[in-house]
Amino acid sequence: MADTTLETPAVTRPRRKIKWATIGDHTVLILGSLLMMLPPLLALTTASHDAVTIHREGLQLTLGDDLGKNFNAAMFEKGGFTQTVDGTLMLMNSFILGIGFAVGKIVISMMAAYAIVYFRLRFATLAFWVIFTTLLLPLEVRILPSYEAIQKLGLTNTYTGLIVPLIASATGTFFFRQFFMSVPEELAEAARIDGAGPWKFFIDILVPLSRTMIAAIFIIMFVFGWNQYLWPTLITTDESFFTLVRGIKQIVLSYTDSQIPEHGQALALAIVAMIPPVAIVVFFQNWFVKGLTESDK
Amino acid sequence: MAQVSLEGIRKVYPNGFQAVETTSFTIQDGEFVVLVGPSGCGKSTLLRMIAGLEDITEGTLKIGDRVVNDVDPADRDIAMVFQNYALYPHMTVRKNIGYGLKNRGTPTAEIAAKVEDAAKMLNLAEYLDRKPAQLSGGQRQRVAMGRAVVRDPALFLFDEPLSNLDAKLRNQMRIEIKALQRRLGTTAVYVTHDQVEAMTMADRIIVLNAGKIEQIGTPSEIYHNPASTFVASFMGAPPMNLIEAEMGQGQVRINGYDQLLPVPETYAGSVTMGIRPEDVVLDDRGSVTFRVDILEELGAHRLLHGAIADQPFTVMIGKDDTAETGETRITLKPEALRLFDKATGQKL
Repeated sequence: MADTTLETPAVTRPRRKIKWATIGDHTVLILGSLLMMLPPLLALTTASHDAVTIHREGLQLTLGDDLGKNFNAAMFEKGGFTQTVDGTLMLMNSFILGIGFAVGKIVISMMAAYAIVYFRLRFATLAFWVIFTTLLLPLEVRILPSYEAIQKLGLTNTYTGLIVPLIASATGTFFFRQFFMSVPEELAEAARIDGAGPWKFFIDILVPLSRTMIAAIFIIMFVFGWNQYLWPTLITTDESFFTLVRGIKQIVLSYTDSQIPEHGQALALAIVAMIPPVAIVVFFQNWFVKGLTESDK
Repeated sequence: MAQVSLEGIRKVYPNGFQAVETTSFTIQDGEFVVLVGPSGCGKSTLLRMIAGLEDITEGTLKIGDRVVNDVDPADRDIAMVFQNYALYPHMTVRKNIGYGLKNRGTPTAEIAAKVEDAAKMLNLAEYLDRKPAQLSGGQRQRVAMGRAVVRDPALFLFDEPLSNLDAKLRNQMRIEIKALQRRLGTTAVYVTHDQVEAMTMADRIIVLNAGKIEQIGTPSEIYHNPASTFVASFMGAPPMNLIEAEMGQGQVRINGYDQLLPVPETYAGSVTMGIRPEDVVLDDRGSVTFRVDILEELGAHRLLHGAIADQPFTVMIGKDDTAETGETRITLKPEALRLFDKATGQKL
């Protein structure tokens, strides 16, 4: 008779310790994000009130009844001086500027970096540093000569004039140069023996390898292009070329016939202007982090 | 299939460094030639010049009957396997292997068939749709081989292809590469710093040192009749023992040692005497006293490290022989003695 009773060990569940440090960290984080969230939130709630309320009582924290109306007016009501431009057109212009700007920058800087890294040019290093020093000369510094050049070329009020002067990018060239230099040299040699010329190597090997890098730079540059204000203001006088960022101001400034400015519409438009950059960053943040931190080799 | 000939090839880098001194040799059609030497001896530069990845400063390089000095690597009808394999990380194995054919405008159906064949030959058939990152080191090595094989080139070039593999896999791949080359009958030039690889794979070995050819010969010639003290000490593990001695009238006297040994050659002056560790016999009545300091157990045999008259010396004994540290007597097989000029290190 072997009756063994299995003694169950007394379960001593350790009391979970309260980690004050963790709580502290999270409090700071939550407060911080609330603080950062407040302005867009305020913009959204305020955009749901009519212009009179806003003008009289200032920013609103509660939701009003005019949200749909304001968005509708912001997007589809023809406005501006000539009454020909609406929100959708400005949205499209912003997309053209953002995408054209980002794509142009990537193409130009990739090709520049490719030339600097892979070809035995006599003054490659010098060329690189010349490009690099242009970081010290942002658009604001060279705005007068740039404007004059574009104006003389007759490119004012064109997408070309809007995009092309902005796409030379020292930052992009620098990023791609660093990336290309980290690609093993043997890859280029193997491709050479495999009969791939410089162009094929670029398209077949380097561009696919740079995918995550391209994505990361695209995001940065798209947001940057989307938020351009000064250059579009200078170069476009025709309202059909206005971007969202300009349009917002246009609404606020429309003090015609002693009317109350359409603050609600302006804020609605501001919300609309915020969405694409945010969406791009949210959707592509994986690629973004990957592109900047690891190289897919 | 092609014979490769180098006539007075020399490489000087723009900064004035001479990587390869004027060299000439011919590699026969279908031959497996190994370039071996310590790092920085110019072996890779020589290979890269044959590949066309490095300009030739001087001399003529012929593959087949064609002078290829100024021919682009793609048009030299060669294939190269790199140390880090240089696989295209974003392409599948299938595309990696077929890329060279695609660039040469081979019809798609033909590429597919050739890639399948190469993959079958290299046991890669089931990995064709994987990317290099999903393969083990040995499999990547095979893909690199496949990329070379699939084009059916006149010449294979290998640049230390096994040095990234672990020891076991290296032994296995060594045999596979050799067998593959035999089967295809393609001329091959193989660069390595590993003398075991050189000995086991080569039809002929070219030993390089400081940009200069020390010796060209079959593995057996190189091992048994090294042309210089450099070759003697570089090839073979453990290396050949080299001891300083004085010689005259058919006799040799080890420096710091009073006894005379008879030698067949007649030469008078200072020499470096070489003998392989396995050509030494433990012998109670032997003529040389050898002090054993360390016993190294290698399983199949044992190494006794010590000194003869304070000159370092190693003896290899069989696993059944017994030995212990301390003084012991040995006999040097007279026919295995090699003599080198003390000043130049060249064979006498």
